[in-house]
Amino acid sequence: MDKLDMVMRAMHGGVKPGHFKNTAGAETVQMPPPETVCIPMQQHIGAPCTPLVKKGDPVYLGQVIGDSDQPVSAPVHASVSGRVTGLGEVMLPGGQRVQTVHIESDGLMTPDPTLAPPPAETPADLAEAARACGLVGLGGAGFPTHIKLQGADRPQVDTLIVNAAECEPYITADCRECLENPGDILAGVLRLQKILGFKQVIIAVEDNKPEAVVALLQAAKEEKAGRTVRILTPKTRYPQGAEKVLIYTATGRRLPPGRLPADVGCLVMNVTSVAVLERYLRTGMPLTSRRVTVDGSAVARPMNVEVPIGTSVEDVIQFCGGYKCPPRKVLMGGPMMGLALEDTSIPVLKQNNAILAFGEKEAKLPQPTPCIRCGRCVKACPMYLRPAEVDRSLKLDKAEVLKKLGADVCIECGSCAYVCPAKRPLVQSMRLAKARLKKEGGK
Amino acid sequence: MENQLIVCPSPHLRHEDTTRGIMLDVLIALVPAALAGIVLFGPRAAAVLAVSILSALLSEWICCKVRKRPNTLGDLSAAVTGLLLGLNLPVGLPLWMAAIGSAVAIVIVKQMFGGLGHNFANPAITGRIVLMVSFPTAMTTWVAPFSWMNQTDAVATATPLAGGEATLRELFLGLRGGCIGEVCAAALLVGGVYLLLRRVITPTAPLAFILTVGGMMWIFGENPLHQMLSGGLLLGAIFMATDYVTTPSGWKGQLIFGIGCGLITALIRQFGSMPEGVSYSILLMNILTPYINRFTAPRPFGTRREKKQKKEKEAASDGK
Repeated sequence: MDKLDMVMRAMHGGVKPGHFKNTAGAETVQMPPPETVCIPMQQHIGAPCTPLVKKGDPVYLGQVIGDSDQPVSAPVHASVSGRVTGLGEVMLPGGQRVQTVHIESDGLMTPDPTLAPPPAETPADLAEAARACGLVGLGGAGFPTHIKLQGADRPQVDTLIVNAAECEPYITADCRECLENPGDILAGVLRLQKILGFKQVIIAVEDNKPEAVVALLQAAKEEKAGRTVRILTPKTRYPQGAEKVLIYTATGRRLPPGRLPADVGCLVMNVTSVAVLERYLRTGMPLTSRRVTVDGSAVARPMNVEVPIGTSVEDVIQFCGGYKCPPRKVLMGGPMMGLALEDTSIPVLKQNNAILAFGEKEAKLPQPTPCIRCGRCVKACPMYLRPAEVDRSLKLDKAEVLKKLGADVCIECGSCAYVCPAKRPLVQSMRLAKARLKKEGGK
Repeated sequence: MENQLIVCPSPHLRHEDTTRGIMLDVLIALVPAALAGIVLFGPRAAAVLAVSILSALLSEWICCKVRKRPNTLGDLSAAVTGLLLGLNLPVGLPLWMAAIGSAVAIVIVKQMFGGLGHNFANPAITGRIVLMVSFPTAMTTWVAPFSWMNQTDAVATATPLAGGEATLRELFLGLRGGCIGEVCAAALLVGGVYLLLRRVITPTAPLAFILTVGGMMWIFGENPLHQMLSGGLLLGAIFMATDYVTTPSGWKGQLIFGIGCGLITALIRQFGSMPEGVSYSILLMNILTPYINRFTAPRPFGTRREKKQKKEKEAASDGK
């Protein structure tokens, strides 16, 4: 593989909210272990874990402290060595209440002596390893990786798409992974390809990260990746990295609503997830820390930080020099899909790729005015929906109308609300419509 | 709590365009046509424009008061309606008639249907049609350009479509009888280009409209260029067939809308009892807009047409 793949397909709709990739050039800084961490028992889509430790227990770095016997779940590990100070509860930014394990760090980061590289010969080994690693989709979704890997060896799943698009403004965590550990990514890709038998691998990087592309190309040469591994550089356009959008850009396949990527023959993995899995297979050290982009107008020293999972958002921001102006909005995730935090004592989660703090100017809420039917939301929707129509139909409270408008197809990317000149809360309406449809479906 | 954090749903970034900004752009785009009208038809043209704008603003304000709604003068949509209507009036129209036209446009066509975004017909167009029907003589009494400089009484003249003569150059510069804002093709085109550059409008509907009229009239044996530059076609195509609220939102719908307007206009011009049909064509297509929108609605990503779905289901059940 020595040259780039030309993109033939362009996504439909989308917006250009500006790049703001201020932290792309700075080396990731390792954050020292904080005094205490608070580790939620649910950092993934699926069933919450049950704590396996109790107050007073000594724990090692990487020790399993929570697990579940449900299939869709992922174990959680201690992110520092030290002593369990108790169990608690925290409300995550999504609104759900989750049990937590609090650990007081001894500052030594002593790894669990029983950790060892797992076997990685068969597809079942891979899925088991992804589970044992506690791996979830690190791009933000937090879907347990082992569920995706189960059945990915079926012959109809012929394509691995590595998502390094990173289309959200500000976030550079995946970009830094490509720059700092391109070898891990390529080794991981080749291992997945060998074991799961993909006909083609597509690594997708938006064209605003040329240095990441160069690093990946270099690594591909060194790892002797064959012609079946390609790097795709789609035009920078939000939400290029949304799963359905990326599958279409990379392969031309359209994922029908309610179906999984495997149904159209694809396995989509975040680029950092691939690298983390590869490192776990080599070292046996599970997912205990992650790279977080800390940026925004209120942050004194924006940078990428490798943060032990469970560190509070406040501690991370303080590590980055604290605030340079009073923060009025703090986000977990990017500005387009991230969740606004009510308070900054919330812990960093596995899937948390960015912490953004904004001052008064950016935090100001626009006042919604009546829809003028300009149709910009329709043009911007990558899912070919009519957000304003859903917004209007919501009052009718008729599920069949919302169903017909395809509200359940919405990926909540926020493009519609971004372009709306009337500043209508279109994503909110879409979410209400989806909830309404879910209620109807449950009956 | 001065340090409280704001919690709200995503997205946390918004595009800078606002409703007010868009309306301001439309006003700016209408300035050349308004200035041309004032130069051609004199200070009285300015008075007609001022009265129709003021009447529109006052009507909007009163409606908001009566409906106990927040004051919406700030979104500038009433000013756009007033100016557009004013540009669609002949310079000699009694000022009180202009005021009535604007009041009808705002109160009956716009606010009674729920205000901005809820009206099904273009307020300015409908206001003009109401005036046409109510005061046909005053609405079709045209004066020759620059007659205001001669200190004499206004010289009545015919519009080129109603039998008057005009060269293409005269049509392009606006040296002809007609409504205040519709005569100067050059000024209207400048405004149209501005709106295109600012991405307020797309060229689909205006081009489809103008070219359909040109093509149809060519078939009828008229000079297509002459037809495309005459009457209210440019004003209607650029500024009224692109109104967000009352025209389709997708390019397919806009194409249908433009062609429909063009066909109706050409048919009225050729066979109707009136010399001009732009207003009526736009109003008729306004009424069809919800159907056009439904007909051209995009299909959600990854879904199939219902017919196909049914076929597939049938095939599946047959297989069982």
